[in-house]
Amino acid sequence: MPEIRITVNGEPQEVEQGTTLAALIERLGLAGQPCAAEVNKALVPKRDHPSRELAEGDSVELVTLVGGG
Amino acid sequence: MTSAKTSSPPAAEPGLDPLALAGRTWSSRLIVGTGKYESYETMQQALDASGAEVVTVAVRRERLINKEGRSLLEFIDTDRYTILPNTAGCFSAEDAVRVARLGREILEQLNNPGAGWVKVEVLHDKKTLLPDPVGTIEATKELVADGFKVLAYTSDDPASAVKIKEAGATSVMPAGSPIGSGQGVLNRNNILLCLELLKEGDAAYPVIVDAGVGSASDVSVAMEIGADGVLLNTAVAHAKDPVMMAHAMRHACIAGRQSYLAGRIPKRLYATASSPWEGAISYIPGE
Repeated sequence: MPEIRITVNGEPQEVEQGTTLAALIERLGLAGQPCAAEVNKALVPKRDHPSRELAEGDSVELVTLVGGG
Repeated sequence: MTSAKTSSPPAAEPGLDPLALAGRTWSSRLIVGTGKYESYETMQQALDASGAEVVTVAVRRERLINKEGRSLLEFIDTDRYTILPNTAGCFSAEDAVRVARLGREILEQLNNPGAGWVKVEVLHDKKTLLPDPVGTIEATKELVADGFKVLAYTSDDPASAVKIKEAGATSVMPAGSPIGSGQGVLNRNNILLCLELLKEGDAAYPVIVDAGVGSASDVSVAMEIGADGVLLNTAVAHAKDPVMMAHAMRHACIAGRQSYLAGRIPKRLYATASSPWEGAISYIPGE
């Protein structure tokens, strides 16, 4: 499978073409944890993670909750 | 025979009226942050000691390397606390809206009632962390349109506080002094004006003093001039003994509320004796 270049949390990554957001989250070991995702600054709700295929140049943000005031 | 003297225990604590905020009532008027603790264990104990029912959190990138560290959520009982996500670190309305939506998404996954609201912070610069009122208003409008209940951090400027309320904020949260500065309520007249203008014809509108608290007396000051609640973090997290300070903050919040409800005496230039003059056997100058 050809690879595409994306960024995840600001870091460049290469993933196989056709990789879904859910597959990326799984690969990063974040599946099953509370985690919200954005692609190109737009929120992708969890129910859409399995159907959302990533494209060349996509910028993905994966966030969680941390201590704050 | 009855006597006026009594040794029976005091009646149930009066003046603990609940806080109506965002469509719910809360028995604690203190909201505490979860940042800057030396350990999650200390944070957990401090949250418990504070009596708070609402705790704030921030939204940040997942760590993709070195991620074996423990997660905040392992130390917050999401059945006990309602989580209030913030948009800390945002310098534009656009970013604040993105962060608010991400926070809501996570809280929906956790089934936490905090999914419906957000503490909006749109900051002007990293050094002062003072709010950008224009960006705060923009973000508030957009998030309200998107179904959020917005609790907006702002400065103690009464005019911008009113504009933020008009933008649809559920609560306006003026700062006592800059975030984390520990200076307390620097301009109580401005907070009083915020309270007066925001509550004009709308006495139940919740106004929460957010930021600047350094010690327990600062919480009491905010509460006794009529704030509906206080939001704080650093004053507890960075105290020498955070758990003890959390207890102090809980008492100070209650004391301030009771003092407000009880109605203070007016300030006077001259003294007024507490003991009667009548029957004094002493020589009284001037008489």
